[in-house]
Amino acid sequence: MVTVDARATGAGRGRRGHPIGRLVVSRLGGGVITLIIVSIVVFAATQILPGNAAYAVLGHNATPARLHALELQLGLNRSAAAQYAAWIGGLLTGKAGNSLANGQPVWALVAPRLVNSAVLVALSGLAGALIGVLLGAIAALRKDSLFDYVLSVVSLAVTALPEFVVAISLVILFATVVFQVLPAVSVLPPGTWAWQQPELLVLPIATLVIVVVPYIFRMMRAAMIEALESEYVEMARLKGLPAWRVLLVHALPNAVPPTVQVIGLNLLYLAGGIVVVEYVFDFPGIGQGLVNAVSNRDIPVIQLIVVILAAFYVFMNILTDVVALLATPRRRIAR
Amino acid sequence: MAVPGTPIDAPPPGIARLRRHEWLSVLSRAVRTRRGTVGLSLMALVVAIAVVGPFIAPNSPTEFVTAPFSGPAPGTPLGGDALGRDVLSRVLAGGWLILLMAAAATLFGVGAGAAAGISAAYLRGWADALIMRSVDVVLAFPSLVFALLLVSIIGPKLWLIVLAVGFSHAPQVARVLRSSTLDISERDFVKAVELQGVKPRLIMAREILPSLITPLTVEAGLRLTYSIIIVAGLSFLGFGQPPPAPNWGLMINENRIGLQLNPWGVVVPAALIAVLTIGTNTFSDAVARVALGVGRQAEEITPLEGHVLVAPR
Repeated sequence: MVTVDARATGAGRGRRGHPIGRLVVSRLGGGVITLIIVSIVVFAATQILPGNAAYAVLGHNATPARLHALELQLGLNRSAAAQYAAWIGGLLTGKAGNSLANGQPVWALVAPRLVNSAVLVALSGLAGALIGVLLGAIAALRKDSLFDYVLSVVSLAVTALPEFVVAISLVILFATVVFQVLPAVSVLPPGTWAWQQPELLVLPIATLVIVVVPYIFRMMRAAMIEALESEYVEMARLKGLPAWRVLLVHALPNAVPPTVQVIGLNLLYLAGGIVVVEYVFDFPGIGQGLVNAVSNRDIPVIQLIVVILAAFYVFMNILTDVVALLATPRRRIAR
Repeated sequence: MAVPGTPIDAPPPGIARLRRHEWLSVLSRAVRTRRGTVGLSLMALVVAIAVVGPFIAPNSPTEFVTAPFSGPAPGTPLGGDALGRDVLSRVLAGGWLILLMAAAATLFGVGAGAAAGISAAYLRGWADALIMRSVDVVLAFPSLVFALLLVSIIGPKLWLIVLAVGFSHAPQVARVLRSSTLDISERDFVKAVELQGVKPRLIMAREILPSLITPLTVEAGLRLTYSIIIVAGLSFLGFGQPPPAPNWGLMINENRIGLQLNPWGVVVPAALIAVLTIGTNTFSDAVARVALGVGRQAEEITPLEGHVLVAPR
């Protein structure tokens, strides 16, 4: 395993630009294309395919006059391409139309939810990454100890659990049946933000952390064991370097890249995982917003939230790849 | 593709092919590992309850037999649910459909993913580009969000949920199978059949697919756990079987407001779902380890990277 050397890295900077730069550009281009197709699929599926969205919203008892009015409101009387152009233009300029459920502008409904969900995902991702990396490193150092064995078995079991089972178990343990120390629901009064009432965030974050930690733990443990057993760590030990230096300077940097990738993929997962968790705790984020919108067939809200989640997915994926690449010394060298 | 006239070592028929029934030996070896035994036992326990349960339920699952959220009593050992129906009877009757839907979604997802992955890798060119671009598009939706999108269009139909869940698995399966196929299609036994002028469709179905049954078995095991999680999750959100049907996911949601009065209506279905998913996950983990030759020492880093432990769902 080679460490970076300035000459080799320099060789990558040719006329065609730095290899990482080229990679970022090509991946971003691919991501934008994917997103455009995603937006067409979402739009076609929700607005055009099922015959008529207005009919779907109003149901079987709609009067022709109301149907016609809603068709005009949704712009369903125009061509598909014109409808799509108007819709995507509206999304990008912050005028995504009005909610069919209560008539409010969709962006105004979704924006505060987006902030709340972002807080939830960021805090859960951060806590999950720290706990997973720490537990994984300790388990690798104490390989085959009781601590390692118990954690490995528990993590295998927990990876299988659905989020709503984890969430309900936490509610049973900490909010209702066994102890009553935390709120069972995380309802925020309108106009307040998630961070103003931290006790409401505890159980939703704990649920998401419990779901993501096992993956990060398992990858960190495996990567750390591999690093610790490698020849360069052996070499560092034989040179007589202090144990902490071997661990932090030689082993850890090589265990990080695969772990970074798994952390990124788990952040991705959180984008979908918040749907169920927010619903369980009545937390006003976009996940709960999506479930409500699906129940009400509130098509403009569904469209916006699904596209936001897909955009997060696509760009987070690219970011994960690039960060993992930057964290891998030998891959920075141009081939 | 082999260029006509290129010398090729003609393999003796039947020898160069991969072992066709490898997957059966993988399964039987997996069952004999400790993980495999534990996982299969847990699965069997829940499957037995779900399958036999409807026939031995003491009460009708939809009949009102006691007070709402009443505690355990003779005749209703697990108490009453939100409307005063027998929790035990609803638990016994409420599992089979989740199992059936999850199994069907897994089969569909693995089948569709295998077809897409093998075609992409073997046909190359525009077919590969088209299939893998579609895979990227489907992958841009979290599985549950994809299912919710379809439900919002067509309504909470059970067949739709099966298709949506299966379809959201297909991309991952396609990616794994594509890379396996790229490797297999370079082997001599495939080259030999190509030289005989067999059609690509038949080569994929008769030569490549049978050689990939082992990775397919591994994928199916992993996908089964995720299918159960999403199918039960959709029921929990209220987009599965409509009330008053007994359904473990729906029961948890219906009865959670009465947790303080009668927790059994939530605890028992949640525990059964947990035991089931832990069982399928542990068993499929055992299968994956045996199939990929992962010993106890070398932990799951290289061979399983991107395959087993990457990320949830």
